[in-house]
Amino acid sequence: MPPLSAKTEKPKDTKGTFKRLMAYLGRYKLGLFAGLVLSLLANLLALLGPKFAGSAISAMEGEAHAVNFKLVYRYAIMMLVLYIVSCIVNYLLSLLMMKIGRSIGRKLRSDVMSKLMRLPVGYFDTHQTGDIISRVSYDIDVITNSFSTDITQIMSSVITVVGAFALMLYVSAPMVIVVVVMIPLYIMYTRYMMRKTRPLMSRRSAMYGTLNGFSEEMFSGQKTIQAYAHEQKSTDDFDVHNNNACDAFYKADYQAARIGPTVSFFTNISLALSATVGSVFYMKEILDLGQITSFILYSRKFSGPINEVANISNEILSALAAAERVFRLLDEKEEVADLEGATVLDHVDGNVELKNIHFSYVPEKPILTNVNLKADAGKLIAIVGPTGAGKTTIINLLMRFYDPVSGEICIDGNEHRNYTMESLRKAYAMVLQDTWVFHGTIYDNIAYGRSDATREDVIAAAKAAHIHKYIMCLANGYETVITEDGGNISKGQKQLLTIARAMLYNSKMLILDEATSNVDTRTERQIQSAMRALMKDKTCFVIAHRLSTIQHADRILVIGGGNIDEQGTHEELMAKKGAYYKLYMSQWE
Amino acid sequence: MKCILRYMGAYRWRIAWGVTVKFFASMGELFIPFLLEYMLDYIVPHKDMKRVLLFGGIMVISAILVRITNIYANQCASSVARDCTRNLRHDLFSVTMNLTGSQFDNTTLPSLISRMTADSYNVQNFIGMIQRMGIRAPILLVGGVFMAMLLDWHLAVVLLCMVPLMACIVIFVSKHGIPLYYTVQENVDNLTRILRENITGIRVVKALSREDYESARYDKANEKLTRSDLRAGAAMALPNPLMNLFLNIGLVLVIVYGASRVDSGAMKPGVIITFLVYFNIILGAVLGINRIFIMYTKAGASANRIDQVLMLRDSRPEILTDAKKDTKVPFIRFENVSFSYPYLQDSAESNDREYAISHISFDIERGESLGIIGSTGCGKTTLINLLMRFYDATEGRILVDGIDVRAYELSELRKKVGVVFQNDTIFADSLRENVAFGRDISDEELRAALADANILSFVDSHEEGLSYMATKAGANLSGGEKQRVMIARALAGNSEILILDDSSSALDYKTDASLRKAIREHHPDATSITIAQRISSVRTMTKILVMEAGEAVGYGSHEELMQSCDIYKDIYQSQMGGADNASA
Repeated sequence: MPPLSAKTEKPKDTKGTFKRLMAYLGRYKLGLFAGLVLSLLANLLALLGPKFAGSAISAMEGEAHAVNFKLVYRYAIMMLVLYIVSCIVNYLLSLLMMKIGRSIGRKLRSDVMSKLMRLPVGYFDTHQTGDIISRVSYDIDVITNSFSTDITQIMSSVITVVGAFALMLYVSAPMVIVVVVMIPLYIMYTRYMMRKTRPLMSRRSAMYGTLNGFSEEMFSGQKTIQAYAHEQKSTDDFDVHNNNACDAFYKADYQAARIGPTVSFFTNISLALSATVGSVFYMKEILDLGQITSFILYSRKFSGPINEVANISNEILSALAAAERVFRLLDEKEEVADLEGATVLDHVDGNVELKNIHFSYVPEKPILTNVNLKADAGKLIAIVGPTGAGKTTIINLLMRFYDPVSGEICIDGNEHRNYTMESLRKAYAMVLQDTWVFHGTIYDNIAYGRSDATREDVIAAAKAAHIHKYIMCLANGYETVITEDGGNISKGQKQLLTIARAMLYNSKMLILDEATSNVDTRTERQIQSAMRALMKDKTCFVIAHRLSTIQHADRILVIGGGNIDEQGTHEELMAKKGAYYKLYMSQWE
Repeated sequence: MKCILRYMGAYRWRIAWGVTVKFFASMGELFIPFLLEYMLDYIVPHKDMKRVLLFGGIMVISAILVRITNIYANQCASSVARDCTRNLRHDLFSVTMNLTGSQFDNTTLPSLISRMTADSYNVQNFIGMIQRMGIRAPILLVGGVFMAMLLDWHLAVVLLCMVPLMACIVIFVSKHGIPLYYTVQENVDNLTRILRENITGIRVVKALSREDYESARYDKANEKLTRSDLRAGAAMALPNPLMNLFLNIGLVLVIVYGASRVDSGAMKPGVIITFLVYFNIILGAVLGINRIFIMYTKAGASANRIDQVLMLRDSRPEILTDAKKDTKVPFIRFENVSFSYPYLQDSAESNDREYAISHISFDIERGESLGIIGSTGCGKTTLINLLMRFYDATEGRILVDGIDVRAYELSELRKKVGVVFQNDTIFADSLRENVAFGRDISDEELRAALADANILSFVDSHEEGLSYMATKAGANLSGGEKQRVMIARALAGNSEILILDDSSSALDYKTDASLRKAIREHHPDATSITIAQRISSVRTMTKILVMEAGEAVGYGSHEELMQSCDIYKDIYQSQMGGADNASA
């Protein structure tokens, strides 16, 4: 088989990545040492096989009725024992290496996860979920497999080649000349093929990547494509990518198709040479038949490792490239740590103040410039403005998902960075437009974040969010399991669940970011009283598209182009006939 | 597997030729050890140096020929693999593009993608491999055994005794080992799920300071995965050493039995040496067949998954031929239309059909506008799916321009429509291509559409203008920009029917209002259907359909509905203000 690793990519910092990988491997020094010993043993045993076979045949040489049975049986029994032991040792070896490889994989996955949990929200805003997941699943898999199999392969190849060579020397030093001629040929050929095949392989991976990306995009937009009768055109486009991928496949395969037969060719040539030279030596009575046998068997052992080297070097390169991607993630900058001497925020009144806040996600694009805002305890602050104006940014700053470039945010008069991150975030309850539920029971989804909540608390919260009745209609009630994407309950019900979650989470400050946008209007009216109860005595920050829902806010902020354009109550802003007035009136246009 | 054979059938002559070459190449490989035996047993004892060199030379020439023919056959095999897969993928793509809505939903998007990518890749590898290994391994096995028989059938029988034992291993592994991998796959899915949940919910996790809890949950799943993976690995690591062991035991028996045959003068020791070479060939062939077997299981599963999609090829909806044009009806008419999604029928626990919509009737005249309002999941989008014939109505009928939608050629029907779906797609292409979308539309017309959609200034703010490249899924555009580009796409064709399904949700009131104005003024002949959550988006429409739980609960103009429809009034009150309202 030609080397067919699906993804051959060259790592950039091979040395550094290799060192770090070795550090992971270093934890298993004892295991590795045991592996080395086992591998040595297994391969030496395998090498001894032909030797014994040869000796057994030497014992039969000569005319009929002259076989030395005693010797033959002795060698046969030795071979039998040897093969059994070798089988056991080989199996143990692969178990051991698998265990080491999988343990490293587990460790890497676990490291990545705890790293992810320490990364700032900004990382997730700027990196695609699919990409992060592929590092954890695909990349770590590649590394694990490489550790499990490649190390064993390398050890066994080296031992086999060296051992076979030594034994050939032992059997017949003059015959080794035959092999010595072949070795440089092997090496030169392998290196030549690797150099020639690798760029073709990476081109093939790239072409498949493009093809897959294109198919994914077209399938995702299939309905739109049908709606615009664009099927034929997109199929034509597909054919171009498909042809490219198929051609790249063929070109790589065309090269790779030479490898297998050529390795066999070397094997056959050395067989022919060994046989011819061996026969000549035999006639000159330098060798006996048994020695020729052993020698031929050893010379066949050479080809295996040579073929492997070509395979493995590709795999190792992919593994290093994968490791590099994983390490890059592990090197990402973590969320800022709590300041030294940060205190726990425990008694919150709920006075929040933003002073001279400047913020941008990327330096050249300011989102907020000099924003000032004062929210007294228990007040309702509404934030309106067009999409992209920075409404959600204010929420991000309050929760410290991001820190402002300059300016300060105070809670009850103290800069909020002086509190521990955990206690600060726990001071807020939050309902977002993107409802988030996880695979688990409804009960767990509501109680999430309040491990001390009693069953009564949870049911009370569900009742307040008008979801209790619905839950009781389900076959398993609160124990109903929600699937990954929450596909078995509607968007509106999911949002009610997250509202129940916030109800349970009794905090002094509340953030509602389009919290009822997925709830239909009638349910929304039904939960009004519950929402009012939720908002009672809390400092509330509300983002809403529907202007009716915020008319009675204590203060409405109109954000546009990075500034607070206007502030005031509904009546004040309407009287002003400014941006808010225009926004409000456009509903009737 | 049939599916693979069907595609390979088109290249049967090339395959036959390649396989024939491969056959001779493999025979050549078997011939070389035969020469060896002859040399050791019949020439060497006569000390005939010339003939030794002659036979050595024949061996070298054979080796060269074997190499050339093998390479040729391998390359021939990969050209077949290339061409078969190209055709297979082309068909798979074009069938997928033409799947009806319910077929697409039933198969699901991720599954269709993995059929196109991983599965077609598996098939490609298999087609290449089966022509090489699939020929070579059996020939080497059968030929190796045959030659061994020819050499000395007594010894060959001894070796063959090991075959049933090895077959047992293959059966054991496929029975017990492969199912273990299903468990591993489940655990992988589980772990990935937890990871994805954490990434998508990172704000909630952090807000509630659940990072440690989540890490612990993940570690538990990680541990479980590792354990199941090791268990499966332990089973799958067995066959190789065991097969080696059995063959080697056979070898020992051959030597012992061979010794007594040499002793009795029935054969010469050189036979054993050659026998050992054949033995190695047989060993390699058996391991190769084992690999083909594993590959076959994998590729067979993939081929079946692909075939499931290909079988949907001819199930495009039928076109009614006997429908007559009804000239007296309005431009668009829904007549008592009911519909239930096919996949819900199967899974519904109760026997009642769950209707997505039931008994919907309405009329729209040419140039009029219809607004549809109602809560999520009430069946608004279903109406569009039926109108554009992504699905067929279960009951009732839909007329466009007096003709049943089922009587149109699909492309004819859809050409009448410019549409923006809910969660519609921006493609990784230039803005020009995204708006024109394969239709023949001049740049001026595109610019007019972009202007109407209120996005022209954004396009012009980029140096590349219409050639500005959108990245995959429009990641370099904001939600509002994406929606406006898609609206421009719908407007650009000057279609007779304009459908906007919840496509202004990311636009603020002002932009939304100016969009409605542009449609009114610049597309006066277009019949428009607008689905919205906001009452302000549909208030000015000629007719408004109010839906709840799949039924029409109100139909009429804004003024009429304010008089007659309580639910509409209710929505109006809650959205347009006046009433005190505490919710966000």
